[in-house]
Amino acid sequence: MSLSPGDIVAIEKVGVSAGVPPPEGAAATVIEGRSPWRLAYERLRRDRASMISLGVIVLIILVAIFAPVVAAITGHGVYEQFRTTGLSPDGLPVSPSSHFLLGTDDQGRDILVRVAYGARISLIVGVVATLLEVVIGTVLGLAAGYFGKVVDTVIARVIDIVLSIPFLLFAISLVSISHPSLTIVIVVIGIFGWAAVARVVRGQVLSLREKEYIEAARALGAGPWRIMFIDILPNIVAPIIVYASLLIPVTIVIEASLSYLGVGVPPPTADWGTMISGAQQVYQQAWWYLLFPSAALLITTVAFNIFGDGLRDALDPRAEQIYK
Amino acid sequence: MTETGASSHRVAGTDKDVLVKVENLQKYFPVQTTSLFRRNHDQVHAVDGVTLEVRRGETLGLVGETGCGKSTLARCIARLCDVSAGRVIFDGRDITSLTPRQMRPLRREMQIIFQDPYGSLNPRRRVGSIIGDPFALHGIADGAERKRKVQEVMELVGLKPEHFNRFPAEFSGGQRQRIGVARALALRPKLIICDEPVSALDVSIQAQIINLLVDLQREFNLTYIFIAHDLSVVRHVSDRVAVMYLGKVAELAPAEDLYQVPRHPYSNALLSAVPVPDPKKSSDRHQIILIGDVPSPIDPPAGCRFHPRCPKAQERCATEEPALASVLGDSAEHVTACHFPVEKGEDLSNTSRVSVPPSGSQTT
Repeated sequence: MSLSPGDIVAIEKVGVSAGVPPPEGAAATVIEGRSPWRLAYERLRRDRASMISLGVIVLIILVAIFAPVVAAITGHGVYEQFRTTGLSPDGLPVSPSSHFLLGTDDQGRDILVRVAYGARISLIVGVVATLLEVVIGTVLGLAAGYFGKVVDTVIARVIDIVLSIPFLLFAISLVSISHPSLTIVIVVIGIFGWAAVARVVRGQVLSLREKEYIEAARALGAGPWRIMFIDILPNIVAPIIVYASLLIPVTIVIEASLSYLGVGVPPPTADWGTMISGAQQVYQQAWWYLLFPSAALLITTVAFNIFGDGLRDALDPRAEQIYK
Repeated sequence: MTETGASSHRVAGTDKDVLVKVENLQKYFPVQTTSLFRRNHDQVHAVDGVTLEVRRGETLGLVGETGCGKSTLARCIARLCDVSAGRVIFDGRDITSLTPRQMRPLRREMQIIFQDPYGSLNPRRRVGSIIGDPFALHGIADGAERKRKVQEVMELVGLKPEHFNRFPAEFSGGQRQRIGVARALALRPKLIICDEPVSALDVSIQAQIINLLVDLQREFNLTYIFIAHDLSVVRHVSDRVAVMYLGKVAELAPAEDLYQVPRHPYSNALLSAVPVPDPKKSSDRHQIILIGDVPSPIDPPAGCRFHPRCPKAQERCATEEPALASVLGDSAEHVTACHFPVEKGEDLSNTSRVSVPPSGSQTT
């Protein structure tokens, strides 16, 4: 007998439920199976680092959603330049004070408000671009792995080509010939990011394709698309989710990098990368201008990374045993 | 659907009571072995010219060692793989060269029960939806109707219908195999291919599943192709038994005949390998110990495939391939592919390898 992830889930489940026998009466009517998701969720709940990072992520999301509220409370708009109060007499940013909690930037704008608004761009790009990567990568990876032969050869070559193109150079040239915008940033990241996902998915499908339950599905008369999306996909959702959760911080950093290089989201939109880039000119006089956007970026990516790690441990009990 | 319905009544010159007819079926798998400078395109002769019939309502046992081609034969009959040569006729219709798409409507009439109850159930899907698959795939029932039918089948195979929402991991091996049986039975197919359905189970559970299969056969007039390497199980369930060796049928006979008077030396050897529960009897009997391994199916021996290991082999066996025919006054039902079939009461354990030196070198 070979152990599959499902079996390990089963063993663990026995271990968990052995201490608490279910009440007799409850079993009589409807017996709800404990799904692998439920078990993963319970494992995740027990992991303190994941829960803390999840809390941080939720906080960042709330900040992004309520950025206008932050602006309203401080009374400072995102684009509003305070030439008298927000800049020193010689035109430099003013340091954090009760008026500007995180100081101002070189144009006299409130950094707190701009960092809050910057979270919106980072999260939108992080989530939407990752989603795009995952959808393209999953579909192509499934097709390559399941159909094999010519389909696999073509997709595998395309993956190789995409992975070998220098991303930043391409992104810079692409954005410079068209107008930089949020949509273009997302599309560019999506076009380059799917290949890694497709490779992961393809590998998983190659091993799952040989399982007996796939043959059983074919024997029942299931067509290739049904087998790919109903029989195979649920079995690889876990690694895809883990991969996606680790792709989000990467995507956020890429977006910040593009903005930093001036080919991302165009100013005056509040964006962490653009802010870091702007702070370069004045950081010796105004450390806060560099520190706070950088810290926001760092905290966000670290939180997503830790949470992604926790997710992997929760969804794949085998990996946990190897690491410990 | 209509296509199937029309063609299933078209009897292409076969007997009405024959459900599956296999004619000279061959299945080769290409293997590429690359030595340093040369690439060899060899072929594994998994099934190499099998002809047999499965009659309606009977159980045909397929026995043989691992790798003798019994599972491949079954997969060819179910058209889960392509056939290299020969014909498969199912219910009067030639299905040898149907595309997977053309096969799909026919799938409701032939089902498979798989060997590994752990591998054959998707661990991420609930039992209800696994057993509901056949209904969904063939557009038979939806929603509450499907649920009702699924629970009906679950009850039929001895599962609790309330366990509808559970996952396969929450069941024991025997229960999982019942799920597999339920899935195969859901659409009341004409043919069920049981691919070693009990090999992976505990002995006590084996009996339950076997009895379940036998009961279901009686109730729904099912036809089984029953693959196993456990001879006593095959004897119990089968009406007729085909013994396979290296991709060919060595002997095909009604189950009792085969166990009473096995004609092929290989059948004799297989039967003598069955453990006897009584130690006294066990030490008394003459066990036939075969020498050597099964030859490579990439380059099977010429003549009779069994001759390099056969205690009765003569020179003729190395050159001339024996045909399946009834021998030594057996009924037409009992056919053996052997030049020198074993007489009743003949003791093969002493004749071990005296007549012919190892294959190919008959110089002495």
